[in-house]
Parts: sequence; C-alpha cells; structure tokens
Amino acid sequence: MRRSAPRPERCDGADAAAMLGLILRRIGSTVIVMTVVALFVFAMLHLAPGDPAAVIAGDIATQEDIARIRSKLGLDRPLWEQFLVWLGHILTGDLGRSIFSDRPVVELIGQRIEPTLALATTTMLFSVIVAVPLGIFAAWRAGSWVDRLVMSFAVLGFSVPVFVFAYVLIIVFAVNLKWLPVMGYVSFRDDFGGFVRSIALPTLALGVTYIALIARITRASMLEVIHQDYIRTAHAKGLALGAVLFRHALKPASVPIVTTIGIGVALLIGGVVVTESVFAIPGVGRLTVDAILRRDYPIIQGVILIFSGIYVLINLVIDIVYTLLDPRIRY
Amino acid sequence: MALVEPLPVAEPVPQRGIAFWLRRYPTVAAGLVILTLMVLVAVFAPWIANADPGQINPRNRLRPPSATHWFGTDHLGRDVFARAIYGTRVSLFVGFSVALLSTAIGLSVGLVSGFLRRLDAVVMRVMDGLMAIPAILLAIAMISLSRASIRTVIVAITIPEIPRMVRLVRSVVLTLREQLFIDAAVSLGAGLGRILSVHILPNTLAPVVVQATYVCASAIIIEAILSFLGAGTPPDIPSWGNMMAEGRTYVLVGWWLLLFPGLFLSLVVLAVNLLGDGLRETLDPRLRRANL
Repeated sequence: MRRSAPRPERCDGADAAAMLGLILRRIGSTVIVMTVVALFVFAMLHLAPGDPAAVIAGDIATQEDIARIRSKLGLDRPLWEQFLVWLGHILTGDLGRSIFSDRPVVELIGQRIEPTLALATTTMLFSVIVAVPLGIFAAWRAGSWVDRLVMSFAVLGFSVPVFVFAYVLIIVFAVNLKWLPVMGYVSFRDDFGGFVRSIALPTLALGVTYIALIARITRASMLEVIHQDYIRTAHAKGLALGAVLFRHALKPASVPIVTTIGIGVALLIGGVVVTESVFAIPGVGRLTVDAILRRDYPIIQGVILIFSGIYVLINLVIDIVYTLLDPRIRY
Repeated sequence: MALVEPLPVAEPVPQRGIAFWLRRYPTVAAGLVILTLMVLVAVFAPWIANADPGQINPRNRLRPPSATHWFGTDHLGRDVFARAIYGTRVSLFVGFSVALLSTAIGLSVGLVSGFLRRLDAVVMRVMDGLMAIPAILLAIAMISLSRASIRTVIVAITIPEIPRMVRLVRSVVLTLREQLFIDAAVSLGAGLGRILSVHILPNTLAPVVVQATYVCASAIIIEAILSFLGAGTPPDIPSWGNMMAEGRTYVLVGWWLLLFPGLFLSLVVLAVNLLGDGLRETLDPRLRRANL
C-alpha cells in the first residue's frame, strides 16, 4: 500500500489495466496456493511412516486387505503418475471413494454440507453483528471500564476452548434451564423455529473465539482512525454519533477488519468440526471425526481440499472486492 | 596522559525489582503466577494427587465431588482430581514442545529465507499453502495416518504452526537487511553466517518470544481438541481432552466430568495468553495479534 500524491478520482485506461493486472496476479497466486495444498495432501499420505496402504487398512488388516487397498488407491504405480492421475481426478470433481462405505467422497460430503454451512453462516453473521459494535464501542470509550471489559472478554474468548464453552452452555441452558435442546440438528427447510433453537447454542459456542478476534481488530483499527481531523470535523458539524462512528470512521478502518474476518474463517472451520461433534450435528465435521476413527483417509483428504478451497476462495474474493472499492490499495 | 579522552561510561540504569515490574504489569503477574503453579503441579503430580489416576473402582463410579474425591469419580470410578492433576503434564509438555520446535524451525527457515531471494520465493509459496489448510484438519490428517502417541501429536500440531513463525521472522529480517549496520557488517567482510547469528538473530528475539507464547496457548488448545475428537493423546494417558471425551456421554448426570478438566484447560491457556499479551506490551508494542 503506497500513498502517493493525491490523484484525481477518475478511472482512466492505465488505471483499469493496472487493476486488472493486480486482480489477475491475485488469482494466479491463489492457483499456486491450491496446487501447494494439493501437493501437501498428496505427499502426506506418502510421507507418513510405513506403507500407506497398511496404515489405511488399520491394525487388524490381512495381507489381502492391504493389497486390495493398494491397487484401489493406485499405490502400486510410480509416484509422479499417481499425483497426476489424482490431480486430474480432483480437477474433474472426483475426490475418490470412501474406504469404509465405498461411496464417492463428493457425494458423502454433499449429503453433510448443509448443517455445516448453516452453522458457519449463522456464526459468522452473529459474530460480526456482535463484535463490530463491541469493538467500535471499546475504541470510542478507550481506557474506560467498558473497554477493559470488552478486552478482558476477548482474552477469555481466546482462552476458553470451543468445546469447553459448548459444554458450559449445554449444562446451563439445556440440562438445567431446559430452554434449548441438548443436541441434534433440525433443517431450516423442515422447521425454521426448530432450526433456530437447534443452532442457537452451537452458534454461541463457536462464535466466542471469532467474536474475540473481530472485536479486538475492530477496536485496534478504529483507534487508528478515530483521532483524525475529519472525524472531529464530522463531530463538530453536528452529525449524530452513530453516523460518525459507523459511517465516517468504520469505512476507512474496515480493511483490516474484513481481512481478519476472512483469515478467521480458518479458525471457524476448525471450530465447526469440534462444535458439530459436541452437539451431534450431522455435518461435514462429524463425517471427518467418524473418518478418523475408521482411518478413512480419502474422506479426510477430500474435506481438507474442499475446506481449504473455500477458505482460499473467500480470501480471494475479499482481496478483489477491496482492490475494486478502496483506492488506497490500488495505488 | 591519554591522547583520546575515554568516552564517559553510561550511568547504569537503576535496576527495578521484580516487585515493581509485577505491580506495573498485573496481568503478566497473574499469568506468571498461574503458570508457575501449574508447572509445579505437573512436576509434583504424584505428591499432589491423593489417588492413582489409573485406579479403577467400579463400585465407586460417577460419584459427585466429596471430601474423599474432591472432583468426583468418572465412569470407571477413577478419581477425577488425580486425573486432572496428571493431565497438566500432557498439556504443558505438548504446549512447551510445540512452542520450542516451531520457534526453532521458524527461526532457521525464516532467517535463511529472508536473506536468500531465490529460496524465499519457493519457501513462501509452501508456507502460503500450509497456511491455507485449517490447523485442526491438517493435524487430524497427519494423526490419522500414523500411530497415536504424544510424539505424533506434537509433530502434527507443530507443522501447522510453522508458517506464521517463518513469516514473522522473515518480515523482521526483511526490514533489518535494508539497514545501515548490516551494510557496514557486509563491507567489513562478515559472512552470511555471522550476519545472521550476530546481527539479525538477536533483533528477532522479542517478537519471536511473544509469538512463541501464543503458539504455546494454541498448541494446548489443539491438543485438547484432538484428544477430545479421539485423534490425539492415546486414551490410556490422562489428558484433559481425553477426560472430556470420556465424560461427554455422562453430560446429563455428571457435570463434574466435564467442568473440572475444562476449567484446568481454560486456566492454563488463559495464563499463557496473559503472559503473551504482557510480553507483547513490554517487548514489542507494534506486534499485532495474529493468533488463529
């Protein structure tokens, strides 16, 4: 981010070309990142100690089982050939088959993706709605007891693991007060009220760390803006406090906030796996945990590829949108 | 009579006692005190625990907290207090090991890659790829491919933590290498090894120590999560994650099975985080928190 002399706010040809170049470079680096991810996932199976076929087959497998798995996964062919074939399959949307159930991994993940996406979306919305005003308020009243309270909460949010907080919520709200169901998931297509009640505690549990993260960065980046002259001007000309904070101050402070929300998706994805396990939500996280116990590596591999893809894509979109919207990044 | 006046010796900075420092930074003090207590608990576990953590007693199962069993007993009649005390060992061992390992690897890779442009391009692409994989999933994948042991858990948690450390070290190196004192060292004929070890390394230590505490906190959380999911510390070793995994079936009848290990876990992570925040404020106010 280079700040040069003020330029007229006009999109001329050279400017558009520079922007396009920037976007193309971002897309290019995303492709490289995903290739590296694929290489990792592939290499992991082959770098693991011992014969991968034997590892996947488990401790009680016979020689025939191991041989069957080896030829099924193509592990008897040269390594580079395996990688190219495997990469070709992935690019055409084929993530292999589950060793346990012999069903395509894409199909298994597809069946389970709805609760996972629902939980991730509600958590993200909830967290942003709670955390951004909290952070703004803390920055506006920096040093006050409110600020200290919000910041202490943030440290606590980083320190209490998702599943510990989840069980506190379950014991208080589900077991003792009996306000909400202990576990399970109701699809929003079947019963919206039931969906809200089943997703409330998981959202709250999963949201805590994310809220802490976003509130902290919101406070920090608001503090950098809030003492600038134009904010004082806005105050002085009699604008409402809400308008000053949310419109004038939040906008320039939003780049690090949105970037952090994007990076935090990685945290959210890890948390989803745990939260689904605690609340017995039949999503991709549960699929993954079941796959660990059965050593069903193709499923784990598929989940990693899809989640990393989603993560990288979200961050790419954020980057591109900001390149388009924020002139400070373009120059 | 000396031809050159000797330079005036700087007045020694008055040494401030630990008491002053602790009063100035109460959060660091709190973190330090809790963490020290926990380390002592881990070291002296056999003397603190009043029961054998593995002792099964089926007639005494699922008893609530009482005078004989402070934290109650679990589904096999084992003493929850003893198990929670012994669990401190696993968590602290994993946390400290991961922090040390990822610091060592991050420092060496970051230092070299910050100085060698060609290598840097490759290393950074690898790190970007590694960072795109959610840490817990990466650890799960690695553990599902190898036999369960504490060592596997440590390796599986360390690898996802490496990229952030490498990036941090590299960014410090990149700003340092443009500075005059490095040019001076180069023109005096210092080799790469000397520049890195004498001129660059000491300057990276402050941010690295801060980052290492955050890595330690996140490693303790990830170990507990992995154990809780059944992909971590072998189930015969008492760890807080394992205890909660076993206790989850009894959430309706035995809150103490989940509460106490969860409390210990949160307390240790809180202590490490407080320490990290305090160190950051004292050592490097510019370092932004990036603990994901």
